[in-house]
Amino acid sequence: MSALTSSHLRPGSDQDWPGHRLLEREPLRLDCGIDFGPFTIAYQTYGTLNPDRSNAVLVCHALTGDQYVADPHPITGKPGWWETMVGPGLVLDTDRFFIVCANVLGGCMGTTGPQDINPETGEPWALSFPVITVHDMVRAQKRLLDHLGIDSLFCVTGGSMGGMQVLQWAASYPESVFAAVPIAAAARHSAQNIAFHEVGRQAIMADPDWSGGRYLSLGRRPVRGLAVARMAAHITYLSEAALHRKFGRNLQDRHTVTYGFDADFQVESYLRHQGSTFVDRFDANSYLYITRAMDYFDLAAEHGGALPSAFKGTPSRFCIISFTSDWLFPTSESRELVHALNAVAANVSFVELETDNGHDAFLLHEPELFETLRGFLTGCAEHRGLTRSW
Amino acid sequence: MAAPSKSTALNFDRAETHPTAVDDAARGLRRDLRLIAEMIDPGARVLDIGCGDGALLAYLVRQKNVDGRGMELSQSGVNSCVGHGLSVIQGDADRDLEAYPTGAFDVVVLSQTLQATRQPRKVLETLVRIGRRAIVSFPNFGFWRIRLHLLCWGRMPMSHLLAYPWYETPNIHLCTIRDFVAMCDEIGVRVERSVTLDRNGQPYSLDPRGSLANLLAEQGVFVLSENQGKTNAAEKAPCRRV
Repeated sequence: MSALTSSHLRPGSDQDWPGHRLLEREPLRLDCGIDFGPFTIAYQTYGTLNPDRSNAVLVCHALTGDQYVADPHPITGKPGWWETMVGPGLVLDTDRFFIVCANVLGGCMGTTGPQDINPETGEPWALSFPVITVHDMVRAQKRLLDHLGIDSLFCVTGGSMGGMQVLQWAASYPESVFAAVPIAAAARHSAQNIAFHEVGRQAIMADPDWSGGRYLSLGRRPVRGLAVARMAAHITYLSEAALHRKFGRNLQDRHTVTYGFDADFQVESYLRHQGSTFVDRFDANSYLYITRAMDYFDLAAEHGGALPSAFKGTPSRFCIISFTSDWLFPTSESRELVHALNAVAANVSFVELETDNGHDAFLLHEPELFETLRGFLTGCAEHRGLTRSW
Repeated sequence: MAAPSKSTALNFDRAETHPTAVDDAARGLRRDLRLIAEMIDPGARVLDIGCGDGALLAYLVRQKNVDGRGMELSQSGVNSCVGHGLSVIQGDADRDLEAYPTGAFDVVVLSQTLQATRQPRKVLETLVRIGRRAIVSFPNFGFWRIRLHLLCWGRMPMSHLLAYPWYETPNIHLCTIRDFVAMCDEIGVRVERSVTLDRNGQPYSLDPRGSLANLLAEQGVFVLSENQGKTNAAEKAPCRRV
């Protein structure tokens, strides 16, 4: 893993990431019982909020995503992670909607997370950062929307962990969510998914440079552990068919195998690249905290063990989207969600889209995803009385 | 399912609705769907099971202002419906109806789909549980042309309602109108209204329980509800065996 570079990430929240900041002084009561604050929320907005504040769309990012939905990433310079979806004339049309995306609590792109300085010690929080949950992330986002003066969101959407946040929004603030679009998500994290996350966390913690989480204070970075965590996770975002289609058993820059442990195969080279570039833009402790938040997510458990109770009487319109080749958040879990919503006679649409792109399909160019979402949002906009021009 | 007129499925601009638009839209509907649409009150909560490309649902939502939901097995049908702003889930009548609570809908529609379910009897019982009323339409296998086809040619009948050869038909539980009425009696489902249609989709004024309707009608449309004082009719009316 020679290509691993030192990180652009530095401790402290004084980093000058582009975009907006909200310093929230009122502490947040977290699920773990701690009143946490003051804290910072870093966020991006696109488009214009209409006069009656009815055109806001909250985009929730996934585990390793960030608020740069449609901007170049400030570290990697790569295009925004959903720039195929968000922009003028696109499905989340910035000429029509006011798009908000905030870095999640515990993240490492400007919102307070374990790499920031604990004001009480003057040291990075590291493992003294409280364990946060998806519900806590959503509570923090609610503070932001209150600050922006948005009482009711036209739509909340996101894929994977973003979809979990969408469901949490719908369950916690039903009156504030007109339309909810969880993509490639589930109402709880499965045992298999928890298992994969544990592999990633153990890889990080097994890296001597992790130093019990205190690597920032010691001027180290557990880049090898974090890269391995990313490599393992990345496999789960793809599908066997997609891996075969992209790489097969093709060799990397050679004609024969080397009878050694170099990256002989293209798929190895690809994964090593994924791992090594990831460590440039992500903090290892953030990875621990956010994967934990996903593991703890179980909407039914939060509502007495009955998932329908989470949505009882919901006024929101739901559009559940899954992908045929997604084995991380398989269609069966979306269907469970649909059954729970049916049980409370909620207004729900459910589409399973055919693709071999696996879990990552929500980030990729999937024409049917765009078409479905565009149609759903058009129908919702009509019901909401959103006209095309303001 | 016949393709709907695009204007029906796509016309979401209410400002364009004018007095003749309803008629135009209705004309674009298949005859049996038009009849079903006439049976549904404006503003009702409706579930259309096997909604296909959403022609009926779009019509009901746009023109009758119903709170409409759909269920469709084919992925292309669902994608098209949702892409056109309809609330439709991918699912099938055998597996995905149980979750709905009792009385969730004013009307549940099952048009030309019952014969494709694995457990028609159970589906029918569920329909009248989750809907105050169920409207069910199905092809009549007792239709004289079908009988004649089998008699003359000795081959499995095909018609515009039964358009598949035997080896790839989704229609695995075909029945006659009399079979259907007998099953309703057996399971204590009340037939509130029934209409039998000729080959052109025109209604007959025939008693659906009579043998003439069973011979002349190509399809039947039934309005059903749960029999409140339901007795165990199954024991009283066993299937006639030949």
